[in-house]
Amino acid sequence: MLKRIRRQIAIFFTVIGPGFMTAMVDNEAGGIFTYSQAGAKYGYLPLWTLAPIALLLVITQEMNARMGAVTGKGLSDLIREEFGLRVTFLVMTLLVLTNFTNVMANFAGVAGSLELFSVPRWVSVPIAAALVWVLVVKGTYHSVEKIFLGACVFYASYVVSAVLIKPDWQQAVSSSVQPVLMLDPDYITLLIGMVGTSIAPWMQFYLQAAVVEKGISEREYAESRIEVIVGCVTMVVIAFFIIVACAGAIWAHGPRDIEDAAQAAQALKPFGEYAFLLFAAGLFNASMFAASILPLSTAYSVCEGLGFEAGVNKSFREAPIFYWLYTLLIVLGAGVILIPGFPLVRMILLVQVLNGVLLPLVLIFMVLLVNKKELMGRWVNTRFQNAVAWLAVVILIGLTLALVGISLRDMMR
Amino acid sequence: MRGISGLSRLPDGLWDAREELPYFTELVGLKVYDLRGRRIGRVADAALVPLMDPSRVDRYLVGGGWAWLTVRYDQIRSIDLDGIHLQDERLTPYHEDEYMLRIGRDLLDQQIVDVDGRKVVRVNDVTFQIRQEEGCAVLRVLEVDVGLRSILRRLFQGVLPRRWIRRLQSPIAPNSIRWEHCNIIEPDPLRRLRLNISYSMLEKLHPADLADIVEELGPEERESIIASIDSEVAAEALSEVDPKMQASILEALEAAKAAEIVEEMAPDEAADALAELEEETSEEILEEMDAEPKAEVRELLEFAEDQAGSLMNTEYVAVHEDGTVRDAIEALQGNEDLLETLSAVLLVDSGGAYKGMVPLGRLFIAPPGAPLRSLVSGPLISVKATEHRERVFEIFDKYNLLNLPVVDEEGRLCGVITADDIISVLRQG
Repeated sequence: MLKRIRRQIAIFFTVIGPGFMTAMVDNEAGGIFTYSQAGAKYGYLPLWTLAPIALLLVITQEMNARMGAVTGKGLSDLIREEFGLRVTFLVMTLLVLTNFTNVMANFAGVAGSLELFSVPRWVSVPIAAALVWVLVVKGTYHSVEKIFLGACVFYASYVVSAVLIKPDWQQAVSSSVQPVLMLDPDYITLLIGMVGTSIAPWMQFYLQAAVVEKGISEREYAESRIEVIVGCVTMVVIAFFIIVACAGAIWAHGPRDIEDAAQAAQALKPFGEYAFLLFAAGLFNASMFAASILPLSTAYSVCEGLGFEAGVNKSFREAPIFYWLYTLLIVLGAGVILIPGFPLVRMILLVQVLNGVLLPLVLIFMVLLVNKKELMGRWVNTRFQNAVAWLAVVILIGLTLALVGISLRDMMR
Repeated sequence: MRGISGLSRLPDGLWDAREELPYFTELVGLKVYDLRGRRIGRVADAALVPLMDPSRVDRYLVGGGWAWLTVRYDQIRSIDLDGIHLQDERLTPYHEDEYMLRIGRDLLDQQIVDVDGRKVVRVNDVTFQIRQEEGCAVLRVLEVDVGLRSILRRLFQGVLPRRWIRRLQSPIAPNSIRWEHCNIIEPDPLRRLRLNISYSMLEKLHPADLADIVEELGPEERESIIASIDSEVAAEALSEVDPKMQASILEALEAAKAAEIVEEMAPDEAADALAELEEETSEEILEEMDAEPKAEVRELLEFAEDQAGSLMNTEYVAVHEDGTVRDAIEALQGNEDLLETLSAVLLVDSGGAYKGMVPLGRLFIAPPGAPLRSLVSGPLISVKATEHRERVFEIFDKYNLLNLPVVDEEGRLCGVITADDIISVLRQG
């Protein structure tokens, strides 16, 4: 018995990575901004959404991990094989566009967080972009994964900074389990935004590819599923502390809107230099993390789906499209941040709209794929799993379409 | 652009103007006319029957009205890019047939192995050649298309006129693989038989290339390849695969087949592979193995992963220290299968204790009667099997070794660590 448990733990450590990394990248600059905004404007009230968000995350991510482990193929490969080239091309085009805007938002996060330490953006952004590029192109996959897993630890900085602020923990806990709905359009928009930023289309591609890359097979799937769940829960816990920190520091002294995540860090200053430093460092870490992973994951998904050679262990000559796509995403994503007067907020609204178009497509494909007997064998969805999955998909699609409507309205203004 | 219609009516037309070869994307949707020039329907898919002919399109599936019809290749008078004209109207309704490889369904968008380019590619389109054979117009698969050019064709197929698509694609360099170099991967053995798919082309690849290909495929495909190719090739390829994947492949194979492959592996690599498996599975595989390799592997499995013993190879050539060059050559002649990687002959005394090493090169230039002892190179360096492997790396580095003999507690020779073992361990780091 003991031996079995020990073996189980040993396997858990060999499968660790994909779920965690996905969850951590999920808390990128855009996510941090949304959670900060939630805390700053509505205090502890929105905390109750986190549990359902975690549940939706687990339901969708579990399917990806299962497909990766059973078929040994990425999501874009499966979409290509089962739905053909045109559909794949459409999905990949949307994926490149959304991920490009995501990359941009994260370079903006890098710029914003370092400006807090008075590093001007025309210094920080080019250096960050160069670092990201070199890390992946010149490093090996294993060293890259180790660096990123190490970087996960820095997310703890949010926990510490929240503790330093001494928020009202009692209220935080009671709000977490007590759903509050208000017919305030801004409040509803925010709640939908929280779901939208937590469940993004790129995650499905990234997680499945990471499971395949890690060589996780059917027999390790049980452990891999635990890892995915732990990752999702960790992600939500970090979101919890971000909201609580902003609720304690900003909302408690007068609810207000914030314009970006860096502003939230600024507002933490009166609570001590450390709270501010940690929050800013957390933002920088998250932005760098996402800015490294997103371009790479995009280039992989696109090349695999469309059948171009891909991989950091291939030379530029062997995989030109892979490297061009990767490089362009970084150079353009970082480049536009340096353009003075660039309409960043408008672009971030555009991300929401594009996500809203792509996510329903991806989710529907996923549920269709995971039900194919010839792909999944005995691992196809059970009837219960299907009911839950379709329910989650319908909820997510409904929320996403609502978000598209709101974003379009805001863009017209 | 040159005119196209009529070209197929050239006598015995082998016609190679590359631009004018029809693609599968153009074949689909082509109108089919009967003897009196009435339109029957449009081509929906085309199928090869590889057991009959590996490259000839044997049947065309034509959608007309509600059901699909099957047109056999010998019922066609002419094919050109404006349509297909029949010479025989007795068509049968389409029915599923397991001997058919349908291009649209089974080939397009799937992964195949490019044996010439030694990589896995995804099929975007297929290029045909039109030929006149025995009075009928026959399409033969010439190439499988990958890359941007064929993606463009697929995207605009049926949206833009054919000529526009051809003009659009013309600036992009074609990227295609000759049909003879394509190897389809089919996990189901019965279907493989019916479709006449063999993996014999893969056996001719370098094991390291084959390993790369295997790593890129899904688990089912990879197991089917390893299980069906020659055990010796499979063993060599498997040795090059990532240890975790090795384990999952061996686990999926039948124990007898896995044992056959493991026997062909070098004992140290076999032991490494088995060490990754669950005890139950590795025990099952060991049970199926022949006595001699089994004993060697079992011995190696005793060592912990970080000990010198786990790195060593138990296949080596040892000669008595009092022997001559002639004795050494004779010993080598009995071990031809080791020669490819062997670089030295080891000397032992009557008790089996390690006494020195003679590089193969020296044996060449020494007279046959020369005593081996006079040819020994360098100082006597060896490690104990229980030594930590970090120490082994240090010794290799310090003395610039190619081989390092391993001895047991009593100083008896029990194996050799070679530089290539060290390189693979260090790379996995």
